Amino acid sequence: MRLQRGLEVSGRVLLMAGILPPAWLGGVAALSLAKILDNMEIGHNVMHGQYDWMQDPALDSATFEWDTACPADQWRHSHNYVHHTFTNVLGQDRDVGYGLLRMTDEQRWHPRDLGNPVYALALAALFQWGVALHDVELDRVVAGTKTPAEAREKVEGVWRKARTQVLKDYALYPALAGPAAPVVLSGNLTANLVRNLWTFAVIFCGHFPDGVETFTPEEAEGEGRGGWYRRQLLGSANFRGGPLLHLLTGNLSHQIEHHMFPDLPAHRYAEIAEQVRAVCAEHGLPYNTGTFPGQLGTVARRIASLALPGREDEPVASRLGQLVGRLNPLGR
Amino acid sequence: MFTQLLELATAPHGVDRFLELVRPTWAADDTRARVVAATRETPDVVTLTLRPGRGWARGRAGQHVRLGVEIDGRRHTRCFSLASSEHRTDGLVEVTVKANPDGIVSRHLVATAAPGLVVALGAPEGDFTLPATRPDRLVLVSGGSGITPVMALLRTLVDEGHDRPITFLHYARTPADVIYADELAALGRTHPQLDVHVVTTRGAGTGALTGRFCAAHLEAVVPDLGGAEAYACGPVGLVDAALAHWEQAGAIDRLHVERYSLVAAPSDGAGERASGEGSTGARTHFAGSDVTVTSVGTTLLEQAEAAGLTPAFGCRVGICRTCTRTKVSGRVRDVRSGTVSGSGEEPIQLCVSAPCHDVVVDL
Repeated sequence: MRLQRGLEVSGRVLLMAGILPPAWLGGVAALSLAKILDNMEIGHNVMHGQYDWMQDPALDSATFEWDTACPADQWRHSHNYVHHTFTNVLGQDRDVGYGLLRMTDEQRWHPRDLGNPVYALALAALFQWGVALHDVELDRVVAGTKTPAEAREKVEGVWRKARTQVLKDYALYPALAGPAAPVVLSGNLTANLVRNLWTFAVIFCGHFPDGVETFTPEEAEGEGRGGWYRRQLLGSANFRGGPLLHLLTGNLSHQIEHHMFPDLPAHRYAEIAEQVRAVCAEHGLPYNTGTFPGQLGTVARRIASLALPGREDEPVASRLGQLVGRLNPLGR
Repeated sequence: MFTQLLELATAPHGVDRFLELVRPTWAADDTRARVVAATRETPDVVTLTLRPGRGWARGRAGQHVRLGVEIDGRRHTRCFSLASSEHRTDGLVEVTVKANPDGIVSRHLVATAAPGLVVALGAPEGDFTLPATRPDRLVLVSGGSGITPVMALLRTLVDEGHDRPITFLHYARTPADVIYADELAALGRTHPQLDVHVVTTRGAGTGALTGRFCAAHLEAVVPDLGGAEAYACGPVGLVDAALAHWEQAGAIDRLHVERYSLVAAPSDGAGERASGEGSTGARTHFAGSDVTVTSVGTTLLEQAEAAGLTPAFGCRVGICRTCTRTKVSGRVRDVRSGTVSGSGEEPIQLCVSAPCHDVVVDL
């Protein structure tokens, strides 16, 4: 917490002196890290109630607000309830493609899916806005299963929150810098972009690398408690890394443990990972993990191959997928 | 304008989350206090002298405050009466804490409180206060650590140069358990209009009176209750006896009581039923809606819904925390793990909590 606030303050201060290139770079780095820590390790985990036991009003899951365009109350609905309850159930878990991408061959192909990789890049760059509009569920309004009035209420909530964020990053701080306003503006834009790309990458690596399963509503219907745990396991994937990587991902590098025990303080997932693994081995269940670039590569391949009709394992799709995988600098 | 800009600059966390890193008591919204002295009054009582941070409004004598203390990373909040005079000029306030054998917070403070400790400090609350026109005749009765708010009244009156008769009857187990013993004795000597009687309830005692509070004690020191404004604070037995006596004397509207058991730390011990079994027949009180239901062993969410309430909920299996509410008192059992909660105020998930016995939920 102290580190995040410190980075934010130093990032803002450095950007004020951002006319000098090293200060600009340092400022962007510090502010990006501050936003990443705020969103991932602090915001996401606090809002899961992982720190409610402390009874500290500043870390209360019900009232916490974070440094991103998405209002915390809408996030608690779309993420804590929808995503964590209906994890990877098609048509119910809206994190599968964010209502925009085709993420599995069980979703029927549509000509608009040709743009899948382009949409993914756009979503990654603007991820905070994707998340902000997530709970509005525009696609459901278009389909007529959600009334415009309900959506309007959500949009107004997003507007109130996002207005503050935009004013802060793109008006107030640049204005404080006086003549250096463009430097600060570009720095803040870059920091938001870095945070967007990073959170997108981490989150998509949690549910869409190779081997992660999706489920139909029929499969999840009446699954019971054991079935729920099984679905969380099969629908999530981890990646390995050092303590710094775990911290910067908000410990979502332990996505499997997170989905099984979402209210356990995240920095302790590593401690239970061995036990989870052992249980998986005992029951012959897969425990999906890999390197971060490796997992990201398979996600990129999946997004690319699903732009075309047909199944993921058909030759044409996988050839194109491998090509995209190679072109991706993070891919394997 | 400046405040708005500052809020915008520090959005969404607010100014305090930055200020507190520099100095915890600087917080603008969240008031805190730093302990400047911790005086052990008796073996199980500590008086904390606090310097409140900015923005804290001094209350009136007799009021209590919510004190938030961090123990093993967890913040516990309890009410304590202020003991200091409302005319104190150095800006400091005092609270006196007695270690309750089952109390997490009181035991922790008595054992470890030291200068430098920072606590969360709520606004003063309560109506155990003096009328603006000070009464011509006052009777004060207290027992044990119930002396705290009564001491605040007395110190305030002394600071005002109040020169009319005050009778103070205080009860403690043994002479060694008398909180503020020296100050009481000194005040009694220097203020002829102040008549102090300290009664010990165990052993022979030193004064003329012994044993627990009773009508005979009162008649011995205050022959005529008529016209006197009275204040009583202490254990349940003492307060109930005082209420009964004043009722009988037809002067009940002149008796102010502070129920010690509501003010002091709630019990967190094993004395109560904590078997881990959900119980039926217990009563659940939803305080916000003023609805009381009899438990049939189901979760609090189901009980609330059965009573016609519509609390927010999401997954109904303890994952999403949409239904988290504050439990004010009583123990609940987590239906998933069987874990039994503490009995104090804390957030709980309605969908996986079933009452162990009578509980109060802010809903």
